[in-house]
Amino acid sequence: MTDLEHTSDSALVPKDWTYAPAPEARDIVTLAERYGHFVGGEWIDAAETYTTISPATEEPLAEVGQATPAEVEQAVTAARAAFDDGWSSVSPSERAKYLFRIARVLQERAREFAVLESLNGGKPIKESRDVDLPLAAAHFFYYAGWADKLEYAFPNQRPRPIGVAGQIIPWNFPLLMLAWKIAPALAAGNTVVLKPAETTPLTALLFCDVLRQAELPPGVVNIVTGDGSTGAAIVTAGGVDKIAFTGSTEVGKAIQRELAGTGKKLTLELGGKAANIIFDDAALDQAVEGIVNGIYFNQGHVCCAGSRLLVQESIYEPVVDKLKRRLATLRVGDPLDKNSDVGAINSKQQLEKIRELVAAGEEEGAEIYQAPCRLPEKGYWFAPTVFTNVAQSYRIAQEEIFGPVLSILTFRTPDEAVEKANNTPYGLSAGVWTEKGSRILWMAERLRAGVVWANTYNRFDPSSPFGGYKESGFGREGGRHGLEPYLQLDESEAFGG
Amino acid sequence: MAQAPVLPRGFELPLEPRLPRIGSVDAVALEERAASLAKRSIKRDSKVFALELAVRMIDLTTLEGQDTPGKVAALASKAIRPDPANADIPSVAAVCVYPNLVPTAVARVQGSGVKVASVATAFPSGQSPLESKLDEVRWVVEQGADEVDMVIDRGAFLSGRYAKVYDEIVRVKEAAGDAHLKVILEVSELGTYDNVRRASLLAMAAGADFIKTSTGKLPGAATLPVTLCMLEAIRDVYEETGRKVGMKPAGGIRQAKQSVQYLVQLHETLGVEWLTPDLYRIGASSLLNDVLMQLRKERTGAYQSGDYFTLD
Repeated sequence: MTDLEHTSDSALVPKDWTYAPAPEARDIVTLAERYGHFVGGEWIDAAETYTTISPATEEPLAEVGQATPAEVEQAVTAARAAFDDGWSSVSPSERAKYLFRIARVLQERAREFAVLESLNGGKPIKESRDVDLPLAAAHFFYYAGWADKLEYAFPNQRPRPIGVAGQIIPWNFPLLMLAWKIAPALAAGNTVVLKPAETTPLTALLFCDVLRQAELPPGVVNIVTGDGSTGAAIVTAGGVDKIAFTGSTEVGKAIQRELAGTGKKLTLELGGKAANIIFDDAALDQAVEGIVNGIYFNQGHVCCAGSRLLVQESIYEPVVDKLKRRLATLRVGDPLDKNSDVGAINSKQQLEKIRELVAAGEEEGAEIYQAPCRLPEKGYWFAPTVFTNVAQSYRIAQEEIFGPVLSILTFRTPDEAVEKANNTPYGLSAGVWTEKGSRILWMAERLRAGVVWANTYNRFDPSSPFGGYKESGFGREGGRHGLEPYLQLDESEAFGG
Repeated sequence: MAQAPVLPRGFELPLEPRLPRIGSVDAVALEERAASLAKRSIKRDSKVFALELAVRMIDLTTLEGQDTPGKVAALASKAIRPDPANADIPSVAAVCVYPNLVPTAVARVQGSGVKVASVATAFPSGQSPLESKLDEVRWVVEQGADEVDMVIDRGAFLSGRYAKVYDEIVRVKEAAGDAHLKVILEVSELGTYDNVRRASLLAMAAGADFIKTSTGKLPGAATLPVTLCMLEAIRDVYEETGRKVGMKPAGGIRQAKQSVQYLVQLHETLGVEWLTPDLYRIGASSLLNDVLMQLRKERTGAYQSGDYFTLD
């Protein structure tokens, strides 16, 4: 038998290899002390303000406006005027030109935006640099291409713009969600009043500078900041023709109730509790990467996060072992450090929600495992967490946690996997990991989810429509489908819509 | 489902008779993971650590038809004392030469701690009868080679004769005796990551001390994804059996920056325990000078011209 130990003259094994800090420089970003609202191409003073902070350090970054209903009304009036006074009659190829310009300016200023996104939102710089910014620019490029081809997107339906779109976006991908909303709206010939999330207004405010650089006519895009009450004022404002909301299911339902009978169009992109399903023939090491990407990407602040892991029972042990080992290599810390894999939780409120649900999971009897990592003392942090022994009935398997918390369940057969995956009020996304092509198709036919990823997860592309089933919302963003909510089509007129 | 390799009757595995499942590899995700690890930003102290480690892990290699005792003697001196201007720079792990030059290499590195590795088994093709391969292995070991770098029979592997490949490695391991055995898979001839994984597991089951990507004689030798694929196979064997097998990417690693990327990948896949020349080697010839140049830059703050580094 081979002697397997290296006995003699063994070279020394180091105790550890600590990577030196590699922070991205902050000085590329210049912040004003105080921001107003961007209305009609000008900054207007905000009557009320609040402080926006860096969630990684709790350091105050700037004072931003808390828009009052009167200020919202002013923004809607500016958007209406811009629509009536010319934007709706600007030739489609001219509209495309503005969008192309915005896309290029975003690319040129990508580093500045990426740093600000990480600073204000807490996500690791490698994600804002490699995911948020490239995708945001890609969305503008993509919809720029559609602007003068709408007749081809909807043949024989005479596509026309709707008017003023009120858009309310979340804090998990601030600039990217802005791009998802603004790009199709402008391509279709609408004007916009957009409200970024309360905790992450800064990249949207910096984006106003991009609009100026692109020489977009005043009033075509208006940006107001504030909390939920500002959002409510946009929803109820008389001059708004369409509402697009991305956020929690609870708020989405309230908006839908509010808009019932008003004739305003509505699209909602809400919560999720996606199943990431691992079959026993999957490429395991890559599946584990997919699990990690599915739930720890952006601290799990992802509506389509793969928060419920369904593992075929025959490979349960190796998958859990591999996953735990992998968790130990995740680098949690300073969002601006280029080597950070997981950043800060976006807000105190969100951190409390995560803590509450994790406590509920422990109480209900699930077994908790947390990656061994030292969390910074200041700021909002939560260690990557895995729950095993989770039953379908536990709150952690039912409710959206929106944090770096994974619940692991098992299944025995493909039928059972489908049944468990679909057994949720949500239906935004799902993942399937198998080497068998026919099984991927079989699963995709049966999973009630807007997106089904096969052997990958959290992959986005502007040409691919995104949206939910059931309580995950309705309407699609991205692709040709993403234009439809921003257009009146003859067909819909015929049905009185 | 992939078939397990057929094992010869009566053969006992090196440790426990358990091996990880062969499984499969998803190429897209593997390459993504490798690319994401390559983006780590390694600065200052942590960079110096990596560069010095890289020097200690290098198998300084010359495998040319034109190799002579003079060339190998110069290579050996470089291996022992890579930077004559700085005695703090450690020696490399080994010199790697053709069988005929083993005696020269052995004489030149004697007492320095630098090992002599010899390629064998009809390197680089492996297309010779087993008996002549075994004779070659026995001969280089008799001449004093500490390590033997063998090639697998890719013809047999690709035609599904896994038992032949396996048996040959077992026989070579016997013939090599106490010398460490590195098994070269020649990944660019295997065509898929699935094959790379399968060949890695086969080689480890047959007793390889190290698995190695390439001969360096073909384009598309070591890459980050293929090395990651092999590290994951090593990890699975370790998890199942507790046995630590070494890894040697070879061919195409020419820049210091690449060597740091390889070490980051190693660190984050197999952990700090593998950060030793006992378990990781980099097969290279021109890499060493670039690493030396970077090390001097870290020390002095300025890059120096290539003329300040010896070309041996």
